[in-house]
Amino acid sequence: MSAIEEREVIGAQSRTAFVAGRVFIYAALFLWAFVCLFPLYWTVTTSFKTAPNVMQGHIVPWLQFSPDWRGWRSLGLSPDTIFQTSTVREEFLKRFFNSVIASVGASALAIVIGSLAAYGLTRFRYRFFWFRNEDISFFFLSQLILPPVVLALPFLVLYKEFGLLDTRIGLILLYTLMVLPIVIWIMRDQFNSIPVELEEAALVDGLSVWGAFFRIVLPIALPGMVAAFILALVLCWNEYFFAALLTSTDAKTLPVMLASQTGSQGINWWAMAALATAAITPLAVIGIVLERYLIKGMTAGAVK
Amino acid sequence: MSEQAQAAAPPSGLGASFDFIPERRRRSGRLLVAAASLGLAGAIVFQFLHATGRIPYGFSNWQPLIYVYIAWGVALGAGQVLMRGEDGHRALFVLPAVLFTLALVVFPTLFGFYIAMSDWNLSSLTGQKFNGLDNFWQALADPFYRNALANMVLYVLAVLVEYVVAFALALLLNAQIRARKFFRVVFLLPLMLSPVAVSWMVGKSLMENRYGPIASFARWLGWDNPAFFTSPWIAKLSIMAMDAWTFIPFMMIMLLAGLQAMPRDVVEAAKVDGATPWQGFWQVTFPLMLPVSVTAIVLRIIFKLKLADIIITVTLGGPGGATDSVSSFIYREYRDRSNVGYGTMLAMIYLVLIVVFVTLLLKLAKRFVRSVT
Repeated sequence: MSAIEEREVIGAQSRTAFVAGRVFIYAALFLWAFVCLFPLYWTVTTSFKTAPNVMQGHIVPWLQFSPDWRGWRSLGLSPDTIFQTSTVREEFLKRFFNSVIASVGASALAIVIGSLAAYGLTRFRYRFFWFRNEDISFFFLSQLILPPVVLALPFLVLYKEFGLLDTRIGLILLYTLMVLPIVIWIMRDQFNSIPVELEEAALVDGLSVWGAFFRIVLPIALPGMVAAFILALVLCWNEYFFAALLTSTDAKTLPVMLASQTGSQGINWWAMAALATAAITPLAVIGIVLERYLIKGMTAGAVK
Repeated sequence: MSEQAQAAAPPSGLGASFDFIPERRRRSGRLLVAAASLGLAGAIVFQFLHATGRIPYGFSNWQPLIYVYIAWGVALGAGQVLMRGEDGHRALFVLPAVLFTLALVVFPTLFGFYIAMSDWNLSSLTGQKFNGLDNFWQALADPFYRNALANMVLYVLAVLVEYVVAFALALLLNAQIRARKFFRVVFLLPLMLSPVAVSWMVGKSLMENRYGPIASFARWLGWDNPAFFTSPWIAKLSIMAMDAWTFIPFMMIMLLAGLQAMPRDVVEAAKVDGATPWQGFWQVTFPLMLPVSVTAIVLRIIFKLKLADIIITVTLGGPGGATDSVSSFIYREYRDRSNVGYGTMLAMIYLVLIVVFVTLLLKLAKRFVRSVT
């Protein structure tokens, strides 16, 4: 009798502990979700606010303030201005496409030369003078440590001499350099997970080394390449330091445009919010849709 | 497999090739590489003479040299194939990346050391003047540079706090919860956002003194006059918080992957043995997670050492250099004074410090993890 009672007491205790644990876990989860989402929510709603709404710190649309297209109108992207010519919109679109070209171009170039190098390093033994595979790998991966600021000023001077200052090609070259170590890291991990026997069979069947790479290995490694590409894309799209130093009128990217707005005309809340929303939307969409690949890329080589 | 056969096989990867290459083909390959190298060297000398004004004709800038370099690279690759056959084909895999990195890192870094030893102000008309180690001595005596370095130490230490938060979040996501995918996507979002957008969204609007929601919240908590970027220590903490906000997901994802790869039976065994969750964490989970943790922390520190964007766009190093990182300090040095020579010297000193620091860090980390690089 007493034993059963005891068990019931323990059962009730552990149940309350369990419920308390659940409550704590979900409370923490929702708290952090709020921390992550509130700045986004605030930015998107602010782009629909007018000055008084901002001053009074209104937060909830329709209840506390009525949404207005003001921020988007100042970008030429609101419903009533979208079909009119607008210099601001042209400026914005130019920056936007600069960002697209620079980040896509750099990521693509990095994937091509990075995958080739990673494949070579995982499959063949090299010796260039006294450099062996480990040294070559280290040479590539050590670039990750190099802070942008070390290269920034020499590049400023060199680009001037080479006529690459304020060009998208110049940005693409630098961004490729920036993401190359990460791409090589991810792709090396990817190629290591593919059994060598597959290529050996292909070689026996008469394919050349390059034939085996393109026809056998590449299709298997494609998910890893997508992961590396997405991660590279994110890093390039968000890059600010080099773009701020090396571009001025033609090749200026979206982050530089965003940063230059804050200084010049005081704080024009709704316009800034609209611009920030436009700048983060592409990546937010990528983050939500392709989250699987991003995680794959970030965890490459971390867990054995 | 006999021991001999094992020794004969290459250590890893595909077997070595033994194709026969006729002497003529080999010679033509050597000739091609030699001719291309001569062409490249000739073009450099030619353009150098033109740039220094010794010969009247030449290109208006150095850009054609890029094409010459690419042509040289192609010739080098073709030469490898001609000279070494199958081995040459294999060399072609790494050659593009090596040539690219050599051209864009090694050359500019060496050039950087040269710039660093000169008095060179881009806005002055006198141009470059070699001044030896003057910049170096000036940098050693520069209190603002030392201040920026001290700030970097603090910023790097903040990684430990980020690690604790990231670990807690990874544990939460690894618990038995509903809508795990939703929370994972939401937690990952800050990493997607550009630091410049974050500095506006968080630094300049949410933390705005008068109308920002965080300021209102602080006022409601009883802080009379909240100001996040006027007193040195609070400004530092605000910058750290914003940087943490964007980068915590990075560590969190790595730690989560580590947790998910953990052998489940070990954790179960600890539970069966009557360990409390607290004991289970410290005696089983944490030690097993050590390698992943070290990798995540080392990578995060490497990224932290590049910290610049948020500081440049929110405080520009203010108030009085309290939030300066080395990168933002050098950026201002250039933007305000166009002082390329001195700025580069500061960057080079930083590079040497970083290389020493990261090497030590990796040595230390190797005790925990076998392969960090």
